Amino acid sequence: MGARAQFATAAVTLITLPARIIEPLMSGLQRFIGIKRMPWAFLLPNLLAVVLFALLPVVINVYYSLSGSDRLFPWDRPYVGGYNYQSLLDCKNFLDPSTCSRDLFWRALGNTMVFVPVQVVCMIGIAMLTAVCLNRDIRGRGFFRGVFFFPVMLSPVVVALTWQWILQRNGALNGLMSGAGLTPVNWLVFPDTAFFWSIFVTVWAHMGFYTIILLAGLQAIPRDVYEAARMDSATPWRAFTRITLPLLKPVLLVVFILAVIRSVQTFDELYVLTGGGPGSATMLMVQYIYDVGFASQPRNFGLAAAASLMLGVALLIFTGIQMRISRGGNND
Amino acid sequence: MRRALLKTTTAIGLVIAAPAMVAHGQQITVWAGDTGTGGKIFAEMAEKFEAENPGVDVVVEEVSYQTLVESLPVQLEAGEGPDIAIITDLGGLSRFYQDITQYVDAAYFEQEWSQTLQWLRGGNADSTAIFGMPTTLTVNGGYANLTLFEQAGVPVPQEGATWQEWAEASKQVAEATGTEFAMEMDRSGHRFASLAISYGAELVDEAGKPVIDDGLRAAIEQFVAWHKDGTMPMDLWGAVGGATHRELFSDFLNANVVFYFGGSWTLNQMDSEVGDLFDWAVVPAPCGPSSCTVMPGGGAMTVFKHTKNAEMAGKLINFYAQPENLDYYISNEVEIPSAATQIKNGVDYPSASERTAQSLATFIAQIPKMDAAAYRFQGWRFQRAMMNALTTRISQVLNDELTVDAALERIEQDVNLAIEAAGKPS
Repeated sequence: MGARAQFATAAVTLITLPARIIEPLMSGLQRFIGIKRMPWAFLLPNLLAVVLFALLPVVINVYYSLSGSDRLFPWDRPYVGGYNYQSLLDCKNFLDPSTCSRDLFWRALGNTMVFVPVQVVCMIGIAMLTAVCLNRDIRGRGFFRGVFFFPVMLSPVVVALTWQWILQRNGALNGLMSGAGLTPVNWLVFPDTAFFWSIFVTVWAHMGFYTIILLAGLQAIPRDVYEAARMDSATPWRAFTRITLPLLKPVLLVVFILAVIRSVQTFDELYVLTGGGPGSATMLMVQYIYDVGFASQPRNFGLAAAASLMLGVALLIFTGIQMRISRGGNND
Repeated sequence: MRRALLKTTTAIGLVIAAPAMVAHGQQITVWAGDTGTGGKIFAEMAEKFEAENPGVDVVVEEVSYQTLVESLPVQLEAGEGPDIAIITDLGGLSRFYQDITQYVDAAYFEQEWSQTLQWLRGGNADSTAIFGMPTTLTVNGGYANLTLFEQAGVPVPQEGATWQEWAEASKQVAEATGTEFAMEMDRSGHRFASLAISYGAELVDEAGKPVIDDGLRAAIEQFVAWHKDGTMPMDLWGAVGGATHRELFSDFLNANVVFYFGGSWTLNQMDSEVGDLFDWAVVPAPCGPSSCTVMPGGGAMTVFKHTKNAEMAGKLINFYAQPENLDYYISNEVEIPSAATQIKNGVDYPSASERTAQSLATFIAQIPKMDAAAYRFQGWRFQRAMMNALTTRISQVLNDELTVDAALERIEQDVNLAIEAAGKPS
């Protein structure tokens, strides 16, 4: 046998080796569990991954929320029942955080309830406007798409430090304002301005991602629909409200849900930019969870777990309602 | 064919066995914070230890201070992390320490660090265990820009001057010279504790329970008043939330503030970055109605329970603790010594300027004046819980989210909840 034939035989042996090993194993398994259960055997690796990396952490988190002490391992932590939840919900007046046992939790919740709707509406509104502009046949379209997407690629810490440099007392913005004869403002010292810039910076940082999704949705709308509308003398606004928005609805729903989830999860940018201040003006839920579970000493993992589960359940309910409303709208 | 198989098997065996063979020697990992010279000097000294102990590999890793404060405790909870670290939360991490009494010269350690070793014992007054070696002592203190005082023609307050006198004088100087701010203090519960204790606050009693008293109230009221009247800017304590540590020592370096209350660890920075650009000095502790005290602090090199090389780690610490090594470290680090002999005999700082040496002498002179409450607070297991509560709640008062009364209630509640949450070790 020549060298080439030897090589071909070796290659075939190597290629068919896995099949030759697996085939008898699978046959044996099929004989053992029956052909009807075989799909489960194929699903098992993925199922195990989901259980191990998604379901198990949730179960562990639930246990943490029901246990006390600052110990890390579940077996070292005494069971305390609903104490952590009770502690979070211990309030004389839910509208006044200062009457609550865990006042910072309620302040963080209140801030989150203002931050999320404002940020999501601004984010989607501006992303939509940008996507519509970028969908037009304008000069340098590729360049502008890159420009708007660029902040998404930056690390959140870089984003926050850049804006801190711009907004601080002796920062770039105040430098420009002084140059223009305006009085400099200490932007991050006042609760209202700090909150405004928190929203602005997070919108700036993430808007590009949603712009790209919306742009893809806009490009999927057939051009002939717009041409037909133009022939019927429809104004651009009418075309937008009667054609673009309805046809973009499924994409908008995805964008909306993603934006809400991302907005609720906001942490890193604000932690570096304002540290949750002034006072607790920009402290959001995730920072509260982080502070309680990891930055405080002793670490209160149980309380952090309870707060995170409450946040998770709220998000789940909100997403469910949103899906239902959307499905209802589609049925109409 | 068989020979080829044998060769392959041998090669695979060697690859698998290689890490185990390397690991036959003992590796000791030491974490050092990135302040000062970081771990450079310890790494340098470790070479001699490695030469004396063949097979031992000392790896000194420089990590951020934030990692030591936030990440290390979580790793220790999980039984992970370095064998040794230079830490500053001496009481808070006490339950993770390995007793190294049998591996060190215990009598020598007791003689040199009789008071500071107690900080590592987590408030257990009966314990005689040695958990590590205090490396340096730090002292909170004020820096004054003497050039600005001179330009303003305002006399510099002398030893025994009160906090109020310093605030008034600094304000006059700032107004006269057009300096942006009169007075600043690091956003740190530790720095605030200096003010509070000098105003009569106990912070913690002998039984380890938090104390909220009139001294603390007076200190907070004064502190808030300074922010409201513009003596202190809102940028530090007002602008940040939660327990976030923030400092603006750059304001002092750039002569934007007349008086800055920080600590001894920035002396090196002052020396290298300011030098003789303007005249400055470390001033004696400002006095409150109760005392003229500042907070002590400092780092300690400790061995952790999870280490597999406790004996060698203990011996390494004993090596670092030897007088010649301690002198070498302190003189190069330009820090305040913690060992009794060094404090008594003094240390030469060949690389430091005359001004820095003088400043160090001023810091060291504050040590005998420290209030007992300051030492007690420093060694308390729940010190960080109290410090976090102080920063969080005082910032809320400054932003009109809480009244002083409500803040005091919250501080007490926060600390009690933290103690309760820690529970008893099971």
